[in-house]
Amino acid sequence: MTPNGDIWIWAETTTEGGLSETALELLARARPLADKRGSRVKALVISDSVDDAQVAILAAGGADKIVVFESPELRYFAVAPYAACLETVVRDDTPEIFLAAATYAGRTLAPYVAARVRAGLTADCVELDIDSETGELLQTRPAIGGNIMATIKTPTARPQMATIRPNSTPIPMPDKSRKAHISRRQLPSPLPSPEGRRVSFVPSESCSLKNADKVVVVGRGIGKPANIEPFAEFAESIGAALGATREVVDRGWLPYSHQIGLSGKTITPKLYVGFGVSGAIQHLAGMRSAETIVAINTDPAAPIFQVADFGIVGDAMAFLPALKKPLDTKEAAR
Amino acid sequence: MRIAIPIKQVPDTKSVRLDESTGTLVRDGIESIVNPLDLYAIELALQARERLDGETTAISMGPPKAEEALREALAMGIDHAVLATDRTFAGSDTWATAKVLAETIRYHGAPDLVICGERATDGDTGQVGPALAAFLGLPVAAYVNSVKKISRNSITVSKLLEDGEETVELPLPALITVVKEVAVPRLPTLSGKRRAISADILIVSNDNLRLPDSELGLKGSPTRVAKTFTPKATRECVNRTAATAEEAIPAARDLMAFLNDRGIRLSSEASQ
Repeated sequence: MTPNGDIWIWAETTTEGGLSETALELLARARPLADKRGSRVKALVISDSVDDAQVAILAAGGADKIVVFESPELRYFAVAPYAACLETVVRDDTPEIFLAAATYAGRTLAPYVAARVRAGLTADCVELDIDSETGELLQTRPAIGGNIMATIKTPTARPQMATIRPNSTPIPMPDKSRKAHISRRQLPSPLPSPEGRRVSFVPSESCSLKNADKVVVVGRGIGKPANIEPFAEFAESIGAALGATREVVDRGWLPYSHQIGLSGKTITPKLYVGFGVSGAIQHLAGMRSAETIVAINTDPAAPIFQVADFGIVGDAMAFLPALKKPLDTKEAAR
Repeated sequence: MRIAIPIKQVPDTKSVRLDESTGTLVRDGIESIVNPLDLYAIELALQARERLDGETTAISMGPPKAEEALREALAMGIDHAVLATDRTFAGSDTWATAKVLAETIRYHGAPDLVICGERATDGDTGQVGPALAAFLGLPVAAYVNSVKKISRNSITVSKLLEDGEETVELPLPALITVVKEVAVPRLPTLSGKRRAISADILIVSNDNLRLPDSELGLKGSPTRVAKTFTPKATRECVNRTAATAEEAIPAARDLMAFLNDRGIRLSSEASQ
């Protein structure tokens, strides 16, 4: 036993039953904190079945121990039974820290449980640090529409819970030499039924936006809804997903599922190209950690240029045809 | 059918400015509005009332000034308004806020359905809705983007998950949090505005709720803000101007060369 409480993560599973990528992101967050504190990393899996391959992935990702609640009734995420499992852990294992991804499920389960066990909970963190002496978790998150960053701590309540913004953590190379113990736990008795009857599930036509390497985003500066099409075509031609600013979505030019920003999705693609995007702070909060940011906008003072790597001052519609011309390398070399 | 809609008055974040020297928010002259994401919850409640008959109550916790937000809800057509306001509520984090809202909702009378906006645009946590469900002991569906069916006994909703949309049927009473796709908020009518001006708002303090001090305000909040700071930004930006079609060609060429240097091609693998 180590004297300090452990750092737990919720290794979320997808609707298909596989491990969510966020499990590895959370392990990447937890591992250095545990090393600094001298505590262990434990991964909680709630699922209908957990196989050896998944255990190996979590071990290689940094988990020291994998704690599993397994039952056919836990096949799909539901608040009541999942909360009962997590509460069992909080009661029996007294985690010092519990991290979940700020996914739809994580942002539902974590506050529900935090309310019931009276834990401190910080939403949507983008940075974490730990006081190695006290184990106090320093949780940094954007607030007030991304205008400020706030560092939150939980002085006395335990566990210290936080949700971590997905796609905000680089995943290190797996360390296949790492081994982890697996512990299958007895289910809470009685296991609460799911709160609702699952009627149907429609997979997103493309989950591509969040995982896309390249994202083309249209802002109000493209002028009118009829102008969406050429940008959508361009996105497709370069293998990019299509995103939009809140203004575009609020005007009904594209559905909400395309929205990037604080009230939409957070993305960290290799390439972000913003057409007619001015860069409202709430939009920047959802894309500023993209690897390379290109912006095309008529206003040279637009805030998007402050986070861009390459900025073009000009009209997005007028500029697009130039981009569609294939790069002539001979000409470029001249 | 009794429907409760917890709402929050927030600063209009579009107009929030930062004092560059102190890194603090300039609050002077900032307009207060109803949390824009709560308008979708209000609209959904009004639609449900129109279909099923019943009454809607907007509930807020905040300073006396938060009454303005409640009057706006009344102007949109909400029937009743309750304001939980007490000095001891100040400094509440999401845990303590949800606690007071839960007790206020109970105090006003158990609802059949609670509809929350997915989050408030100032705190941006989205934690109060699910926490409220926990305190009220209600089944919860969060991030609902469409209501498929609603009756006196159940509600069928589709909700967002990372990899798709799940449709679930919840027994009532229940709590849902909704995203903006769920409804298009109506504008207040003139008669609604007139009614809102004189409508009674039920004021609730801790004399009514009788929550222990240890669960109130800053003291009752597990979390503390340790510090705030301005996000540091800025990358080295290469700038080009493309005011005309002639300028666009070389600018595009420079861009592609720039991306090429970073190992990015502006073409899909298939077309190469």
